Amino acid sequence: MADAALFEFLHMEMVAELWAHHSDPGPGGTPLLTLLRQIFSREHRTSLYAVLGQKMSLSVLEGMGFRVGQALGERLPQETLAFREELDVLKFLCKDLWVAVFHKQMDSLRTNHQGTYVLQDNSFPLLIRMASGPQYLEEAPKFLAFTCGLLRGTLSTLGIKSLVTASVASLPTCKFQVVIQKT
Amino acid sequence: MNYPLYIRSAPTENELKFHYMVHTSLDVVDEKISAMGKALVDQRELYLGLLYPTEDYKVYGYVTNSKVKFVMVVDSSNTALRDNEIRSMFRKLHNSYTDVMCNPFYNPGDRIQSRAFDSMVTSMMIQVC
Repeated sequence: MADAALFEFLHMEMVAELWAHHSDPGPGGTPLLTLLRQIFSREHRTSLYAVLGQKMSLSVLEGMGFRVGQALGERLPQETLAFREELDVLKFLCKDLWVAVFHKQMDSLRTNHQGTYVLQDNSFPLLIRMASGPQYLEEAPKFLAFTCGLLRGTLSTLGIKSLVTASVASLPTCKFQVVIQKT
Repeated sequence: MNYPLYIRSAPTENELKFHYMVHTSLDVVDEKISAMGKALVDQRELYLGLLYPTEDYKVYGYVTNSKVKFVMVVDSSNTALRDNEIRSMFRKLHNSYTDVMCNPFYNPGDRIQSRAFDSMVTSMMIQVC
């Protein structure tokens, strides 16, 4: 039981740490920020930094989730037989991956049979302590980025290139949309 | 696209011959994988068994769920080596490869340079030869 709490706390701290730098960028910064400073006036700058910074933090979180997903994609299916088709891989994500990381199964899996899958979790563990309803809806995306990367990373190890996005209409229910990229 | 993550042979003379055999056996592995996908029988094992026998050597294959292929070339004169021993060797390789994947300092797709992996392979080769 303690394992679940450990990961939840670590995840909370990861998000908090990456967002702590958004309030005041200071006089330093990357070459990109220096250039933008010269182009834009003061009023526009703060919001621009905030948006850029947030996009970078979201992709950092997604990248971390991706690497973890790659490793889990190797470790978890180890004893299972080979996957016969794409749907089996998605079912594996909903059952084995979700149980290993979140100690519960995905609540529903839907597909249009043309490469798009929607995975729905009605009480997502990383959101469940926050609220129950529309409160904190704007904050939810940052708590979903890591998990989107996790799904994308696991799929990548299992040979499937994808794009994963998440959406929340009302906490703690969230939907992960997986779109398979055909090369 | 197949490229080697790790390749090791003993004895080290004639190494190129072993590399070549492993390379040609990849075609057989790919055949078996695609046959597996279309098979009506529930044949989804990871261990592929004897890929093809030559006069001097026996070649065994194994593929993981992540489509990573392991190929083992054994001297034909080594008749003491049984199927379940080969299976357990592949399982050890798979476990060590999984450990390499979980190492945060390892970048997936790079050549494997882990010393732990090296020493596992060494001890396995010593046991057989």
